[in-house]
Amino acid sequence: MSSALQKTPSSRSPQSPADAATSTGSTSAIELHAVSKTFGDAGSVPSLRDIELEVAEAEFVAIVGASGCGKSTLLRIVGGLETATDGVVRVRHEDVRGPGPDRGVVFQDYGLFPWLSVRENIAYGPKQRRLPRAEVDEIADRFTEMVGLERVSAQFPSELSGGMQQRVAIARVLANDPAVLLMDEPFGALDSLTRLSMQTQLRQLCSDLGCTVLFVTHSVEEAVVLADRVVVMAGGPSHGTAGHIRTVVPVDLGFPRDITEPGFNEIKRVLLAEIFAEQSAQDVA
Amino acid sequence: MTRRILWALPFPIALVALWHVAVVQGWMTIIPVPKDVAVELWDFAVGGVYDSVYSGTLLTHVWASFSRVLFGFLWAAAIAVPLGILIGRNARTSAMLEPTLSLLRPIPVTAWVPLVLIVFGLGAGSAVILVFIAAFYPILLSTITGVKGVPERLIEAGAMLGTSGWRMLTRVVVPASLPTILSGMRIALGFAWVVVVVGETTGVPTGLGSTITEARETSNTALIIAGMTFIGLAGFYSDKLLVLVFRLMRRNRPLIAT
Repeated sequence: MSSALQKTPSSRSPQSPADAATSTGSTSAIELHAVSKTFGDAGSVPSLRDIELEVAEAEFVAIVGASGCGKSTLLRIVGGLETATDGVVRVRHEDVRGPGPDRGVVFQDYGLFPWLSVRENIAYGPKQRRLPRAEVDEIADRFTEMVGLERVSAQFPSELSGGMQQRVAIARVLANDPAVLLMDEPFGALDSLTRLSMQTQLRQLCSDLGCTVLFVTHSVEEAVVLADRVVVMAGGPSHGTAGHIRTVVPVDLGFPRDITEPGFNEIKRVLLAEIFAEQSAQDVA
Repeated sequence: MTRRILWALPFPIALVALWHVAVVQGWMTIIPVPKDVAVELWDFAVGGVYDSVYSGTLLTHVWASFSRVLFGFLWAAAIAVPLGILIGRNARTSAMLEPTLSLLRPIPVTAWVPLVLIVFGLGAGSAVILVFIAAFYPILLSTITGVKGVPERLIEAGAMLGTSGWRMLTRVVVPASLPTILSGMRIALGFAWVVVVVGETTGVPTGLGSTITEARETSNTALIIAGMTFIGLAGFYSDKLLVLVFRLMRRNRPLIAT
């Protein structure tokens, strides 16, 4: 499984934020300025208020927070699946208007097309872009192999395990060569062992391809395992305040990360303290 | 498989035996014994027994009925499927058309018969129109249900992979709602066979419905039962054919939406 991940395409070399900065003149792949979102009428408590966030090229940013803090909504706004009530949302310096192939979304429930085989699901995006057939075939083969699914490429999603289905979903999005990868609790439905292996594979894949990733999770440990920076969100209409970013914590640990290491646990402790700080304050009040 | 067949056999054999006994004992009059019906079935299908006008004419009549069913059904599908997709996907079209269509729907097809006969006259044309009316609503409703039931997630997945507009319909909405549309079509085809028999009772020289109506006028009870048998078989195999067409179209793809 992991051996398949070694066969990475040579066309895209690993890219550090610094490299991206020199080539594009700016480091931001995703920019959010003063973003607010209110569901329902204007009087109701906003789901998000005044979100400021920048994600650099090839950076992996995780968002954690209690249920209802608006972390998924934020991701969906970047994906164009929701519209911000206010503020500026840009991906690679272009305003986000609706969903598009430059922002690949990986959903918790996979969202695979059940009538298409594994390979056809992966080839879907390139086909939509009307690439020549030979190129579509080449891309489909390459990404099927990259996630180690050659053996099941002719099977249908319903015949696969959850972990395999999510690998199809990741390959399907990567095959479209998106500017950013948006992942909405992608491993939330998987058992803990599959989850561990998926985390390792994803991080490897992202480092190899130089992906820019925005990753929503409710698992603090998962965030620390994967991310370069962790955004802690708090609030949300059900808590009586608008969802907002409480703090951003950098994770200055190398890869692969050792979850038993003191440094790892220290960051976990800081994050948990941040998450619960606001909650307990609210509970008291 | 053979075990299943063995289990299925005793019940119909018992029914036929009971029928035979009932006729022989005089519990049922007018109804012929099973053997007479079997001979009539054979004569109707192959000929060479009675040398009547119906001897060996089965294929003519089956084809006459089948072509009316097919014609009416295909027209119904050709209009109801696109219309259903439009209503299912577009709130304005839905608001415009659904109230009227919902009001017309409770009118039973049989209630349309007198009007259709007056407007289109006695004959095969009316049978086709009736089939059309009967098949239209099940296909329309299942298409609307299927299209409205396409998981929002699949639309989102299509959109973020670069699908929009017309292609969203052809690449995502239609394939995702196909299983529901098929089940509506199967119900529609069943109704179509019900209605074609009604449509053929007046002023049509050919067709299985015409055969059993004529047989009643000549009190040929055996032919009535033979005709009924073939109507049942025709409906059964039409359904099989429809499912087969879908399977061939979709190859081995799962027909059940997940």
